[in-house]
Amino acid sequence: MWTDTLLVFLALSSLLLLGSSRLTRCIRIVAFQGVVLGALTLAVHRDGLSVRPLLLAVAIVGIKGVAFPWVLSRVLRAGEVRREVEPFISYNVSLVVGALTLGLSFWWSARLPLPMPPVSSLIVPIAFFTTLAGLFVIVSRRKALTQVLGYLVLENGIYAIGIGLVAETPMVVELGVLLDVFVAVFVMGIAIFHINREFDHIDADRLAVLRDWSA
Amino acid sequence: MILALLALPTAAALAAYFMRADAPRRWLLVLAAVLHAALTAATWVTRAAPVASGWLALDAPGQLFLSITSVLFLMAAGYGVGYLRREHRGARTDFVEGLLFANAPEATFTACLLLFLAAMTLVCVSHRFGLLWVGIEATTLTSAPLIYFHRHHRSLEATWKYLMICSVGIALALLGNFFLTVAASNADGTVVPLILEDLVRSASRLHVLWLRAAFLLFLVGYGTKMGLAPLHTWLPDAHSEAPSVVSALLSGALLNCAFLGILRLQQVCVAAGEAAFGQELLVGFGLLSMAVAAVFVLGQPDYKRMLAYSSVEHMGILTLGVGLGGAATFGAMLHAVNHSLTKAMLFLVAGNILATYQSKSTADVRGVLRALPVSGLLWLTGLFAITGSPPFGAFLSELTIFKAALDHGRVVVAIAYLVLLALIFVGMATAMLQMAQGPADAPARRRGDTEPWLTIAPPAVLAAVVLGLGLYVPDAVRQVLEHAARAFG
Repeated sequence: MWTDTLLVFLALSSLLLLGSSRLTRCIRIVAFQGVVLGALTLAVHRDGLSVRPLLLAVAIVGIKGVAFPWVLSRVLRAGEVRREVEPFISYNVSLVVGALTLGLSFWWSARLPLPMPPVSSLIVPIAFFTTLAGLFVIVSRRKALTQVLGYLVLENGIYAIGIGLVAETPMVVELGVLLDVFVAVFVMGIAIFHINREFDHIDADRLAVLRDWSA
Repeated sequence: MILALLALPTAAALAAYFMRADAPRRWLLVLAAVLHAALTAATWVTRAAPVASGWLALDAPGQLFLSITSVLFLMAAGYGVGYLRREHRGARTDFVEGLLFANAPEATFTACLLLFLAAMTLVCVSHRFGLLWVGIEATTLTSAPLIYFHRHHRSLEATWKYLMICSVGIALALLGNFFLTVAASNADGTVVPLILEDLVRSASRLHVLWLRAAFLLFLVGYGTKMGLAPLHTWLPDAHSEAPSVVSALLSGALLNCAFLGILRLQQVCVAAGEAAFGQELLVGFGLLSMAVAAVFVLGQPDYKRMLAYSSVEHMGILTLGVGLGGAATFGAMLHAVNHSLTKAMLFLVAGNILATYQSKSTADVRGVLRALPVSGLLWLTGLFAITGSPPFGAFLSELTIFKAALDHGRVVVAIAYLVLLALIFVGMATAMLQMAQGPADAPARRRGDTEPWLTIAPPAVLAAVVLGLGLYVPDAVRQVLEHAARAFG
């Protein structure tokens, strides 16, 4: 069962991200997740390989597995910042939260009335878990770069839900979505570049001049 | 025709990006805006045929929002030429903190502005839900560099919040799209294509539970982009830090486009007999947005932030109107037109005031009526137009919504609505009247105490249209508004 193996990889990589302290390692984990997602696109097609999923898988691996890590590592190298994640919530607590979220996702997915059975019983819970893990990384980490990583994991999770629940999305729409995410990460990368130059740090929590009441 | 509407700004954006000289690039911007407006006007005369097997089509709601976008862009382009001429080149001093900063390259700015128009056009003409999502995300990405035109750390902070919060919100809307696909799946494995017309036609076969879940995600996702409280946190920052011409487009055109994303699914819900579910949520979000806006408008020290919170308020009025249904939906459609035109005009005038006084603080600005006679007059006109005083258009639309609330027996909603409107009127009037009146000694510190016609004419035209809509709504416009309102229940 290739699909299930890949899904386990997806869940493990999200958990690993919650416990990792070095930014380079986090980028590598997210890159790995991109490759897994590309393989998953192929694995869910049981009726042999056709051109469409193959093309999509290549695009996904190329963008999520190669292009994004490259952009993000360049951003990291350009900024002479501390290469630690610096979380608001410690790694241990993050892992506990991750494990609880995983359990919650399984409990919740079991109660979901699906009109037709998905390709694998694991796909919905693990995709939900990945989505929630992404959201958690966005809110619990200090650096702008980790927020982008969180966004990518969130996007991966949502995309996996799409693979699991939706039989056929038109190619144009899928490529459009992929293109948008690609540009989004590119623009975010540029923004971090400027944040670096302007502030000598990439801590998103210190972007706090604009507010209505000064504390 | 629809393809031309999309291709024109895209091609112009490419040309603008590679154009070296400033003057022709500025006129290219205006030319593209004029042609886009002319094409949009042509759709009022002859029906634009659907293309790409119904993926792109222009119905009444799309036409309404496309027309608003096109008119605003035309005005913003004219104003933009004057604005870009006045902008300094090279490094200059930031008037808030005294640090040096420069502008982003003008070619990039113009290209992004035109791409922004193309993305908003795509949102208005998409009838395929996936494509609609692509369009809305594209508006975020093309407008983010516009907010960061003045390259200092405050605009950077605003850009970052805008990018991050809206991208996450819109990602949730993508999840909503997948849920919608599940709702449209039949037991035999076939799926109703996610095209608006097809979904409306086979609405009775949709799975209600998944449709509701999809609507919730659409509301939260696109609602973030639309600036509904409590998801509005990016909005005041982005609107106050962006150049005024961009703020005008963000507030007048972009928020509407995000609203259209929610309305499209409401259209399906109405056809599926699930109108009531969405309406209750819309009423709640609408009133909450108005209340949050009222809290922050009262005593707001920064006048561009005040205008931004006023946008949150008016988005609240729109959702409240659609939530009440019936005649209130017509009021909401009319109000969308009035709010967009008025708010864009106010932001443009705010840009004039900012250029002369070099301060965004309400307390620093006195005597606008004497220092900048035309802008001052437009500022006061804008105050009465935006707060819904007669004889301006917003009076008519706000009254329609109020009356519909009473007719539906929603007395508590009606009272809350009136109280919040009154509070916001007091808040805005206090600040804006103080700015307009007083002696003109301190101001006119810098260049630009004369008022070039390009910075005056666009807001003046918008003011005239808003006044005209208050006195008389032309039949053609009324028909489109009614058609649009009927689609949303």
